[in-house]
Amino acid sequence: MRRYSAFAIAREALRFHKGWERAWRSPEPKPRYDVVIVGAGGHGLATAYYLGKNHGITNVAVIEKGWLGGGNTGRNTTIIRSNYLQDPSAAIYEKARSLYETMSQDLNYNVMFSPRGVMMLAQTEHEKRGYLRTAHANALQGVATEFIGPERVKELCPIIETSGPRYPVLGALWQPRGGTARHDAVAWGYARACSDMGMDIIQQCAVTGVRSQDGKVVGVDTTKGPIDCGKLALVVAGHSSALADMAGFRLPIESVSLQAMVSEPIKPCMDVVVMANTVHGYMSQSDKGEMVIGGGTDGFNNYTQRGSFHHIEETVRALVETFPMISRLKMLRQWGGIVDMTGDRSPLLSKTPLGNCFVNCGWGTGGFKAIPGSGWAMAELVARGEPGALAAPFSIDRFREGRFIDESVAAGVAH
Amino acid sequence: MSRRLAAGRSLLGRRIDRESPVTFRFDGRRMDGLKGDTLASALLANGQTMVGRSFKYHRPRGIMAAGPEEPNALVNLGSGARLEPNQRATTTPLFDGLEAESQNRWPSLGFDVGAINARLSRFLPAGFYYKTFMWPRSFWKHVYEPIIRASAGLGRAPQKPDADTYEHYHAHVDLLVVGGGVAGLQAARLAAVAGAQVLVIEQQDHWGGRAAVDGGTIEGEHAEYWVQRTVEALSALPNVDMRTGCVGSGVYDHGYALAAERLAPAERPGAVAGPRQRLWRIRARRIVTATGAIERPLSFAGNDLPGVMLASAVRDYLVDYAVTPGDAVVVVTNNDDGYRTALALCDAGIQVPAIIDARSRVTGDLPSQARAAGLRVETGSAIARVTGQRRVTGVDICPQGSDGTQAERLACDAVAMAGGWSPVVHLWSHCGGKLLWDEATASFRPDPDRPPLGADGQGFVLAAGAANGEGRLGPALVDGDAAGRAVIAALGLKLPRGTAPAPQARAPEEEPLAPVWIMPREADAARRSKMWLDFQNDVKVSDVQLAAREGYESVEHTKRYTTLGMATDQGKLSNINGLAVLSDALSAAIPEVGTTTFRPPYTPLTIGAIAGEARGDLFQPVRRTPMHDLLDAAGAEWEPVGHWRRPYAFPRAGESTHDAVMREVRNTREAVGLLDASTLGKILVKGPDAGRFLDMLYTNMMSSLKPGRCRYGLMCSENGFLMDDGVVARIDDETFLCHTTSGGADRIHGHMEEWLQTEWWDWKVYTANLTEQFAQVAVVGPRARDLLQSLGGDIDLSAEALPFMGWAEGRIGDFKARVFRISFSGELSFEVAVPAGRGAEFWQALMQAGAPLGVMPYGTEALHIMRAEKGFIMIGDESDGTVIPQDLGLDWAISKKKDDYLGKRAQARMHMASDERWRLVGLETLDGSVLPDGAYAVAPGHNDTGQRNMIGRVTSTYHSPTLGRGIAMGLVLHGPERMGETLSFAKVDGSTVEAQIVDPVFYDREGARQNV
Repeated sequence: MRRYSAFAIAREALRFHKGWERAWRSPEPKPRYDVVIVGAGGHGLATAYYLGKNHGITNVAVIEKGWLGGGNTGRNTTIIRSNYLQDPSAAIYEKARSLYETMSQDLNYNVMFSPRGVMMLAQTEHEKRGYLRTAHANALQGVATEFIGPERVKELCPIIETSGPRYPVLGALWQPRGGTARHDAVAWGYARACSDMGMDIIQQCAVTGVRSQDGKVVGVDTTKGPIDCGKLALVVAGHSSALADMAGFRLPIESVSLQAMVSEPIKPCMDVVVMANTVHGYMSQSDKGEMVIGGGTDGFNNYTQRGSFHHIEETVRALVETFPMISRLKMLRQWGGIVDMTGDRSPLLSKTPLGNCFVNCGWGTGGFKAIPGSGWAMAELVARGEPGALAAPFSIDRFREGRFIDESVAAGVAH
Repeated sequence: MSRRLAAGRSLLGRRIDRESPVTFRFDGRRMDGLKGDTLASALLANGQTMVGRSFKYHRPRGIMAAGPEEPNALVNLGSGARLEPNQRATTTPLFDGLEAESQNRWPSLGFDVGAINARLSRFLPAGFYYKTFMWPRSFWKHVYEPIIRASAGLGRAPQKPDADTYEHYHAHVDLLVVGGGVAGLQAARLAAVAGAQVLVIEQQDHWGGRAAVDGGTIEGEHAEYWVQRTVEALSALPNVDMRTGCVGSGVYDHGYALAAERLAPAERPGAVAGPRQRLWRIRARRIVTATGAIERPLSFAGNDLPGVMLASAVRDYLVDYAVTPGDAVVVVTNNDDGYRTALALCDAGIQVPAIIDARSRVTGDLPSQARAAGLRVETGSAIARVTGQRRVTGVDICPQGSDGTQAERLACDAVAMAGGWSPVVHLWSHCGGKLLWDEATASFRPDPDRPPLGADGQGFVLAAGAANGEGRLGPALVDGDAAGRAVIAALGLKLPRGTAPAPQARAPEEEPLAPVWIMPREADAARRSKMWLDFQNDVKVSDVQLAAREGYESVEHTKRYTTLGMATDQGKLSNINGLAVLSDALSAAIPEVGTTTFRPPYTPLTIGAIAGEARGDLFQPVRRTPMHDLLDAAGAEWEPVGHWRRPYAFPRAGESTHDAVMREVRNTREAVGLLDASTLGKILVKGPDAGRFLDMLYTNMMSSLKPGRCRYGLMCSENGFLMDDGVVARIDDETFLCHTTSGGADRIHGHMEEWLQTEWWDWKVYTANLTEQFAQVAVVGPRARDLLQSLGGDIDLSAEALPFMGWAEGRIGDFKARVFRISFSGELSFEVAVPAGRGAEFWQALMQAGAPLGVMPYGTEALHIMRAEKGFIMIGDESDGTVIPQDLGLDWAISKKKDDYLGKRAQARMHMASDERWRLVGLETLDGSVLPDGAYAVAPGHNDTGQRNMIGRVTSTYHSPTLGRGIAMGLVLHGPERMGETLSFAKVDGSTVEAQIVDPVFYDREGARQNV
């Protein structure tokens, strides 16, 4: 792999950029791989990357029905934070956040991680008490957060109306090293690095069946023919239930559409990420200048990757109250993605009833921020066949055992 | 230079009124326009060809289009509380006093520091930022990114809240027609005659689409007259609503559509009363999208210079506004339609140095007319490059098949480019309508076999006219007619006998276009890096080719890597051209490459319009109890609780909130206090199966409750977690009144209904949320009975007649009332419910009668302290969605006799039934201080993931005035077995506080005070 740098750009500029090589190869599938990962989104690619980097397993295929990074990795609002309440969540999200810090350098691909700070507004006494609790927990979990007062909120984000008539801002849980990254670049950077390690990323290839023998997975059938594998990792977010069905087991997952929108670009006016859970909305400004706004999930299960307008309306109302200056901006585009939700809104990183088959799913509305941590923990699970400390709490057994990891306490809706 | 043509030639300037001059300002310069102008036509009339700077390279940019597809002419409109960034000049009606400012330039449009990027453009190809700015690591956040952010963005950020208002409008129609051109009008006319309820919306301020400008005749007269007559006929029908200035924004599932109507013709401060925009929320049984088509640019070097425009736009400015983009206009085309522009220019006396046609054989009607008019037609030709720095000074022409090095220079000051037309398929596609590739027009058009499907499985959107790929006058009319008839059939309506067939139209015959995607065909890399595809985002042919070379082969990858089609026009001009370049680079057919997803809205939608009226006080309106005003007058300090406001405390003059709370607690414990408990949820559950239903809903046995008695109950989710609590009173055999928490009323009512409607639909139970029907006052304290008795009435309030956990109905004074003997404070307590309409009166009566007894109102904080002193749990404090009743020592409230209740099975699961859970205890700091809210108890060491070990947490913490010290409740591992042990609680600053585990009931353990 030829390294990217300012010098490389200068060199290529002289010959009209004709010398750039492919960021990733586009191979035909081989008959067999040690590990087949279904799903070339952020989580699947990160799993592949850490299988190679941490465990030396590179005979890996990542199979993708559409185009890599085309699911929720390319549809989210790019927020990265780890100010979670429960220990297992804080551990994996903080692992992810810390890996984001050095991702551009690790991958030699600028993913534009920008620790611009994330604040979660407290707009009721109850919410404030919840965030005080989270701040206490975070201090013990090694996650740097603090509860800040309304004056500091206003100072960090002058466009917030802190004394609105309905829900005045009582303070915020502030994570200064939270922020945003360029979502597509995360997928592309991992894909390039995986391809460079000799892994095959096979796009436009849908899995149509899972083959097993004596209770263990032996391969998958795809639209590009059968592929044998030693181990299989299903990392397909919104379509996890469908894949699990092929593998012969059921998942405690519901799939719903989650919406987001952007405004037209304007000059910089907001440096931090703000989440307002009482009124259900969150917003940040992208490097292009668009206000990036997250909405809610539909109340019914579906696979449409679009959503009902009333959710957009509800979110926009909340944000116009919180940021009155956005009223005269215009919504440029709204879209939806399919998120898979578990009963406790926490993910599954787990062995399955089928031997050598593993799942990574159920990230709900919070998957992007977890990508590197999720890949790290999933690679460990796949490589060893047993979960490490990060993944262990997220096993599928927890629903049978009643061992929930419920973040709704602190996270309300916006995860 | 662009300018306004003098009056005289009567056909030019249809939309302007030369007798009504208006003045406006652009970048501070005073300019003159005419009534009827758009801002764009007025700028052109004033010779202002450069109007902005591009996003990335800050290249000079001029007006390119005449409609919503305009990528360049975006301005900051207005100022202060009426500043609107990124307003398209082409769709902004001019008004007197309008103030516009160009964007994305500093310090001025003419001299822009950012234009250095254009010089460096070779070093800044698509995606360059993914390959650099990585070292040193901290520089991204602190150096590179701030520079990128500052140079990106377009318009200014508004500083002030919006001074205007918006409204929502709901419409239910049989047929929504989007687009008032000839196809849409014909479809609407038929459906209307057949009796359908029809709404026709048109984004422009006038009807007829392109027909009037492009000419042709319908039924023997100019198309414009047919449009006029049809609009008049439609407007006269009672079942038709016609709206101009109303753009179709989006089509959603279930026949839902959105449209944005511009109400104020101008955004002149103070000139217009009422809302600025109206958002239409439409349910339509069928939708016809007659949204027309958008002309495509051609890709040649320098096609982004000010003075290069779409040929159709040149025609529009000429015919509608009598404005020419220049004095010598070269037309470049790959189809016959481009010749219309040449002919229009020629008619208006503007010089057309040449028509450059990429096709080698050109024989159609229009080219023949052009030749007849003496115009120079160069076939098989291309523009090798456009010359000029800030505007067009000439073009080099060369053979289309060449590499452009051998060229002839032609002087001109404007270029009109005609690259063919792309149907506007956005609304068709929003909800899943599929497209097919039409070779003849080289465009995607709706696939009639794969429309968006409605709930009945039928297609609910039909495309018509140019939006359906039928761009010429006659076929468009026929297509609109067919759409109208299809809608009528789908709606089960019938056309009256003798309805005429589609009107006959005549227009010149046109020959097929030649799909020409770059000009000239063999252009080298240097030229291709000057051929713009996306004008606003500065994406060139070379960028798309680079993306393909680097493996970003999916059309979505190319879009995201290059930002093609991601600008404010969302690719209206660039998508097909970009796609064609990509498919060429991949050696794949265009339909194989496919399109990116069309998403709402069609044109950017004002955020304020989406919010509508729901702003300020109307945003989640505050719910007020009947006593609200009285409490406010009594000095209530308000706290939001759900959508309610509740008094936190009633501080007196000079008294701190804390002191007020302490006083309220003491007074209630020693004399008598009043709490407005009206917000408490009150849900009536009635029916023969009511008892059975509540037995499933609550952990307790409710069916055995006797009429006249109350029981405290717990409600759990299916997963076993405590979700709400409250007192249930049995009214009669079939009727229960369930009290819920204030915040939980609506949720619990919904929970009940969900179970009744989805699981137990055959049970005979009705529920009704009566929360707002009653005002409820808690009369609490040792003098509570005295106070109520002093009001008189017919209820025996004695301990014998109305014991603890009993309830009675009758009169208190002359108030019809229900009295519940329940207590959340540990004191003698009566909760009295009176009809909501008499709540305020009742409160006043209590305050008056209680004055000699020392009555005082108390707020939620005193309520919380008193319940904590008594060891009562609070939903949301002791419970948080992860706590089961057993954790809270509430086993006594869980029936052992019942076979089942919601949560029972879940609570039997291994981890729920385990001894290793955190359980409720009382906590007292060793030094008497108040424990920090939400603090965790720490044990030595770390867990597997390196986090400190935690063994408990504070759930509620207060200063107790009754005990004179800090008290707290918490959940602690093995808590109840560790009485007397001392725990360390970590503060956020790293220090710890020591607290001892004690019984959670701090006050009156025997219950002597409440059972009197």
